[in-house]
Amino acid sequence: MDPILHGVQGFMYPDEVELQWSILIVLYPFITGLVAGAFILASLERVFNVAAVKPTYRLALLTALAFMLVAPLPLQMHLGHPERSFEMFTTPHRSSAMAMFGFVYLWYLMAVLVMEIWLDYRKDIVLLSRSSTGIMRWVYKAMTLGSDNISERSLKLDDKTGWIITVIGIPSAFLLHGYVGFIFGSVKANPWWSTPLMPIVFLFSAMVSGIALVMLMYMAGMKARKQPIDMRCLDTIAQYLFYTFVIDFSLEMLDLIHRIYEADESFKSLDFMVHSRLWTSQVIIQIVLGTLLPLALLGAAQVLRITAARRRVMYSVAGVMTLIGIFAMRWNVVIGGQLFSKSFLGYTTYKLEFATREGLLPAIVLMILPFFILWVLVRLLPPWTAAGAETARGH
Amino acid sequence: MDMTRRFFLVLTPAAAAFMDRTGGAETQPQSKYLMADHYWAMTIDIDECIGCGNCVRACATENDVPHGFFRTWVERYSVAGWPEEHPDVDSPNGAFDGFKDKPAKPGTKSFFVPKLCNHCEHSPCVQVCPVGATFESPDGLVLVDKDYCLGCRYCVQACPYGCRYIDPEKQTVDKCTLCYHRISQGETTACAENCPTGARTLADLKNPKDPVHEFLRNNSVQVLKPHMATGAKVYYKSLDRSVR
Repeated sequence: MDPILHGVQGFMYPDEVELQWSILIVLYPFITGLVAGAFILASLERVFNVAAVKPTYRLALLTALAFMLVAPLPLQMHLGHPERSFEMFTTPHRSSAMAMFGFVYLWYLMAVLVMEIWLDYRKDIVLLSRSSTGIMRWVYKAMTLGSDNISERSLKLDDKTGWIITVIGIPSAFLLHGYVGFIFGSVKANPWWSTPLMPIVFLFSAMVSGIALVMLMYMAGMKARKQPIDMRCLDTIAQYLFYTFVIDFSLEMLDLIHRIYEADESFKSLDFMVHSRLWTSQVIIQIVLGTLLPLALLGAAQVLRITAARRRVMYSVAGVMTLIGIFAMRWNVVIGGQLFSKSFLGYTTYKLEFATREGLLPAIVLMILPFFILWVLVRLLPPWTAAGAETARGH
Repeated sequence: MDMTRRFFLVLTPAAAAFMDRTGGAETQPQSKYLMADHYWAMTIDIDECIGCGNCVRACATENDVPHGFFRTWVERYSVAGWPEEHPDVDSPNGAFDGFKDKPAKPGTKSFFVPKLCNHCEHSPCVQVCPVGATFESPDGLVLVDKDYCLGCRYCVQACPYGCRYIDPEKQTVDKCTLCYHRISQGETTACAENCPTGARTLADLKNPKDPVHEFLRNNSVQVLKPHMATGAKVYYKSLDRSVR
């Protein structure tokens, strides 16, 4: 690789000049974070009986599923030999953090998400299989999996099983994203990644992004259906977003202070990187616009007397900026961790291509895809009938 | 049965395969190489390296290393004594064409540092490979099974020394094999063979008569990034503290 063409400054080991992990690997923790966060928000209502967020319960589950289905695609597209990826299942190397991805993913998708959604929707699916006509009747019939008993006793059993799955699901969601953090945090060769805080920072940032996404989807869904937004629900979600964000930001600042105070051999190099190549994406976008601004908006909405209409605008801005900020955080971790040389003597540049296998275009498609899947899911399994959900669960 | 042309065409390769399996074909000579008898390493004497780049060229030719990638390379350091300054390091095209003369800055020392895979005993790259395509052989080498590698690049991230790259054609990872095809036949590596000053020497740690033992006993020897605790097996004599 020609160092001059790749914008190298200082000295890099010759095989280091080209970045190995692209924007697709930025999407991977971003998308799995949204899944884990959305699921944890849904679990709040189910396990901790937070009645205020009930209107978003089903929407959060469907959002988690839509993003979960897309989560492995960026990884698959990035592999040099995608056709060999099944080897991770058949002959996993047990000492590899990455080898466990397939198992963690399948466990979470099949044993937790799909099961929970199916149990929660089973009554609706049975009723829809009876009331629908044409091909949809058969689609719903297939989705019942032959289980069409909707007696009270049967629904109670669904509810109990669903509760148990949610209880199992919460640590599973923690595992899913904590594990993604471990993939980066356990690379001792890379001081930008190597910190035991990485899994927990990833986890809290996942919760932040997932809650922000469900908050935005709820507002967008209500607007599209021309229904009034339940402000008690919205305020509660915004509150959770604020608290989680405070923890997340504190953890990130702790990491930063720790690095500055310890100032190990990598510090000068990383410090220079933050003040040059990562200044815009880390300091401006991630910290100022993506963290401090939403925190100020969410905090103000709690402390000051602000009208509902204004609060909605504030929450929308805070939600969008939060998602941008968390995306920037993933970018700074994945891309930032490859911009400096492991010799600590130089820096390279990431050149984002457009219409290539790992370019911006496939990344945009991969980010649109979950919204399309969610649109299909919402049409197939309408999450809006909150009252219906209550009866379905025998409340 | 009539021997039709089609039947004959099917039968011939099938018979050849059968003969090959049962040893009916000409048998290959058995290799006398026993992995358990060896444990490979390399010694590098920095005082002897003149930065000619012979090793880089020999390696590229021997192993068909794609242009722009390196299984081995040489770095030139220019380091001030005190006050300590950022060392000036370069390795134009991995030193494939050697180095152009550069006027020495007053008050600095200059030297060359050849680099290659350290064939670590506790390799981070082996640890992270999700399918075990990167593995440590019993004779102490870190090797890659290219028919198995996914091209996920986790090992490239995990190597602290920057010794791995993705082969642009095969889309699998590649690195120094310490010329396994040569050393298992009793030869030395291409880089060591072509070094005009003997700066690089292949070493067999399991051979009590190997000069490596004297080298390790009689010199101040260091490995790269010892704090990484990777068990690196490329031993450097006269390694300056500025080298990373």
